[in-house]
This record gives sequence, C-alpha cells and structure tokens, in this order.
Amino acid sequence: MKAVKAPTPAAASAGRRKGFIYNLTTYKEYYLMLVPGILFFLIFCYGPMYGLLIAFQDYYPLKGISGSTWVGFKHFQALLTDPFFKTVLGNTLIISVYKLIFNFPAPILLCLILNEIKAVRFKKIAQSISYLPHFVSWVVVAGIVIEFLSPSRGPVNIILQRMGLETIFFVADPKWFRGILVVSDIWKSIGWGSIVYLAAVTGVDPQLYEAAEIDGAGRIQKIVHVTFPALVPIVTVMFIMESGKILNDSFQQVFNLLNPSVYSVGDVISTFVYRMGIQKMQYSFTTAVDLFKNVISFALVMLTNFLARKTSDYALW
Amino acid sequence: MSVHKKRTSEDWVVDIVAYSLLCLLLLLIVLPFMQVVTISMSPAQVVNSNGFHLFPTKFDFTGYTTLAGKDNFWHSYLVTIARTVVGTTCCVFITVLTAYPLAKLNLPYRRGIMMFVVFTMYFSGGMIPKYLLIKGLGLTNRFAVYILPCLITGFALIITRNFFMEIPPALEESAKIDGASNMRVLFGIYLPLSLPVMATIALWYGVDHWNQWMDNMLYVTKDNLYVLQYVLQQILISGQTSDMEMTTDVVVHTETMKMAALVVSLIPIVCSYPFLQKYFVKGMLVGSVKG
Repeated sequence: MKAVKAPTPAAASAGRRKGFIYNLTTYKEYYLMLVPGILFFLIFCYGPMYGLLIAFQDYYPLKGISGSTWVGFKHFQALLTDPFFKTVLGNTLIISVYKLIFNFPAPILLCLILNEIKAVRFKKIAQSISYLPHFVSWVVVAGIVIEFLSPSRGPVNIILQRMGLETIFFVADPKWFRGILVVSDIWKSIGWGSIVYLAAVTGVDPQLYEAAEIDGAGRIQKIVHVTFPALVPIVTVMFIMESGKILNDSFQQVFNLLNPSVYSVGDVISTFVYRMGIQKMQYSFTTAVDLFKNVISFALVMLTNFLARKTSDYALW
Repeated sequence: MSVHKKRTSEDWVVDIVAYSLLCLLLLLIVLPFMQVVTISMSPAQVVNSNGFHLFPTKFDFTGYTTLAGKDNFWHSYLVTIARTVVGTTCCVFITVLTAYPLAKLNLPYRRGIMMFVVFTMYFSGGMIPKYLLIKGLGLTNRFAVYILPCLITGFALIITRNFFMEIPPALEESAKIDGASNMRVLFGIYLPLSLPVMATIALWYGVDHWNQWMDNMLYVTKDNLYVLQYVLQQILISGQTSDMEMTTDVVVHTETMKMAALVVSLIPIVCSYPFLQKYFVKGMLVGSVKG
C-alpha cells in the first residue's frame, strides 16, 4: 500500500468544513481500509433487509423480487388469524417471561455467593468451571440434557425410580418441556452471566465495608447494605434490556431440544419460521412472520435502551 | 493491617451457606459431563444396568472404535478445523482493518458509519431473506459460505475499536512523520499493543466457528462439506426415537458411540480452555463496561 501523508489535526478540522470529495481524498487510505467491512455489512446485513420486501409479495424464487406480484399486507393479515402463529407467539412470550423470572436472577445470586467466598484459589476454580458450559454448543448441551433425562438410563429418572416414583420422559412431556428450556439455559449461562455483576462488585470501595463493620454490621447486613446496592444500577439496566428481548427466542436451544410431541408448548417463532419457510418453502408468509417480530422487537429494544439510559449511565452505546 | 476479629456465628452461617451452594452448583455443572465421559467408555451391559455412571467401573472403548470407523465424522472434524482456522483469521483481519479507521476521532462520517454498523446489531432481515440471498449469490454448497456471511460481529468490532482508541495518538503521529503508512501503523504499532484484545476476539470468533452448525443446515447439502456440530446433531438425533420404543440392546451400542462423539467434539475446547479463559473474560468486561 502506498504511503499517504497523514492528515494533521488542523487539516482534519478544516476537512469537516470542506466538501465530500475533499474528505474522501484526504482520508483516502482510511476509507480504503473500511471498504471490505462496509461491503460485508451491506451485502450480508443490509442485503437481507432488502429481501424483507418479499413479505409484501407472493414470492416466486424463479421470478425474483422484481418479478413477483405485490400483495400488500395479505400475509400479515393471514398471520394474525393463523392459529399456529398464535400458539407460537404465545410460547415465545411465555418462555421469555419464564427466563426473565428464573434465569435473570440466577447469575446475580451466583455473584453474591462468589463474593462471600474468601478462599481465592477455590473461587477462581469455581469461576472457571462455571464459565465452561458457555463455550459448549447447544447441539452438545441438548445431547447431554437428553442423555441425563433419559427415561431408561438418565440419573434423574433413576433417582425417581429409587424413590418409588414413576419414570418421566421429560423431553417429550409437554408439562416439563419449558422447565427443561429454563434449567438448561441456566446451566449454560449462569457462570458467564455473572461476570458483568462481579465486575460491578469488585468496583466497590473496600472502605465501605470497613465503615459498615465499624458501625457493627454483620456479614448479612454487609451483603444487604453494601454489596447489593452496588449491584442495583447494573441489575436495573440488565433487566430493562433483557425485557426488551422478550420476542427474541433462542433458535439454537429450542431447535436442538424440540420434538413433535412438545410442539404445543415448545414451538417458538424461529423454529416455526424454519419449518414453514425452509422446509415447506412458504417464503413470503414466514418472512412476514419474521418482519412482524423484528419490528416489534426493535421498537422494544429502542424503548428499553432509552429507559436504561434515563435510569443510569449504562446504555447500549 | 486489620485487627484479627473473632468469627461470629453469623460468619459461620454465611460461609456454610455460600460454600455449600457453590459446591452444589459446581457439582451440577460437572456431573453431566462426567456422565457423558463415563458412558462413552463403558461396555453396553454397564450402561444398561440401573444406576449412576459417574466413574467408569469397567472400560470398554467400543464406542470410540465404532466412531473411528465413521469416516464422515472425522471428515467433518477436518472441515471444522479448516473453517475455524481460515474463518478466525479472516474475521480478525477484517475486524481489525475496519476498527482502525473507526477509532480515528477526526475521520469524517465516522459517526454515520458507526450507526450503520450498530443498526445491524438490533435489526436483521431474518432467516428466510438471508437464505434466499445466499442462494442468489451462489454461495450454497461452497466452503466460502462458512466464512463470508459471518466475517464481522458488531460486538467484536466495537471492543476492538474501543481498545484502539485508548492507544496514545502520539505513537501514530511520530511513526507517520517517519513516513509510515496507515497499514504499517496498524500492523507495526497497533497490533503489538493490542494483543489482549486480539486474543479475545480471535477466541470468540474461533469458538463461534467451532460451534456453528446452522449455516451448514441452511446452506449446505453436500456431505463432504458438513461441519462437526451438524454431523454430531445427526448422530444424536438418529437414535432419539429409541427411548420411545424402549428397545435397549441395539440402542445402547450407539449410545456409547454418541457419547464418544460428544467427548471427541469437546476435546479442543476443554483442552484450550484453562489457558485461554482469562482472555475471554477480559474481553467480556471491556465490552460490557464501555459497549
């Protein structure tokens, strides 16, 4: 690459007042470096957004977007009356709410526990072990879950048998399926999720603890009055942002655990889109489903991010 | 030095509760892994017998030998290694290349370009348009489909950019007075100074590539391009109906093989993990504090 004279700061501030062409030529090398990255985002992120147009068409792959007939909001109307879509939307929301109730507090609890562990080496080892499942794919986690809950060999059912209870085929039982999603998600993400909170706790001034001690506070009072208040801002922000993701399901998790006997409780938007779209080739209808979800989801994230910014300094950007 | 205080009963209670809860959690995380490892190297009759299998009582490597005969598994292992190496290299290179100009505060349109990037983190076209696009581009059944569509993640780009912004501009200015080009500055000055963040994003991209299977499922039908996780998924699904039929003898044989496949797929992650985990965590913190 050819060496170009570096623009001095003075030239830079002057550049802001000059034209587009001037900027491009002055900072040519910088913009050249940006080309591959911008092309990537244009093609693979904005390209599919252009493809969203097929939600308003009866799309035929052979005719392409320009050749297919426009049908307006037909697919959106179909979607609102589609009985399957209602189930799927309901499942998505219920599973998200469960995860918000059970999976959101889990890492906070772990953080509080870890903070009470004074044996440094044990704490480090414990943290390392708890992060490990984060790096294992959902394919493997699902394999482990199915094995662990297997009615013929799984330890859980063996315990049930020993206690004289009947064995349960957990992964194929609609009563248990959502619970499995919740628990397997906690198993996979509790350690990793605690990192953010641990960072907030290590930032606490030790003098606060000393002052509390002088005032006669015990361990529990220190947790309640020093550690927890230090966590409140980050907890608030994380909660607000998590609730913005309520329509975003985890395809990787659900897909690997899902089986036809639990469609009624476990089928979520993304797995529905995959089955209907890729396998049954209802491209336009499923794109409408995705667009519907993405627009609401985007609005929610913007709203929650706005709220998070109002409550504290933390925000997404 | 703090005065040595007497431990109160409250101290004992808190310690006991904290240590026992933590031990319980660790046990719950480790037990499933142990179960998988043990089953993978136990003979069928032990697996079949009622009881816990936390430590192997009898060794039998039929699972592994059956797996050894499965050529498609090993082929997918190679494909996955290839995509992880090539993919991670490309991802890190392009991410660094894009992050460097964006770290320059005086670059015109910088904010606009950042918005252009950040928007993609919150809104996407979704599965079907992306599928049709990849098909339209003729990327299906090509190795490139594993690399190109996932070159940059917004999060990695932002943490790299943030790290670059911390590097004192004086270093760059003096190098440029000596006639260094931007590429020289980036690869000669910035990269050596940002090894921790490089390690972090390389590991993230690497793990993503190792664990990826959706692009295989969606875009690839040629079986000599299958990746490990996808083949693993097929192996795991293959006997899932067995539980419903409750036929034991035939199934258990494949059961040990399935678990052997799980173990083999985890080896690279578990082996590299102890050495690399500090980088994962470091990056996570950089990203979350200044996102």
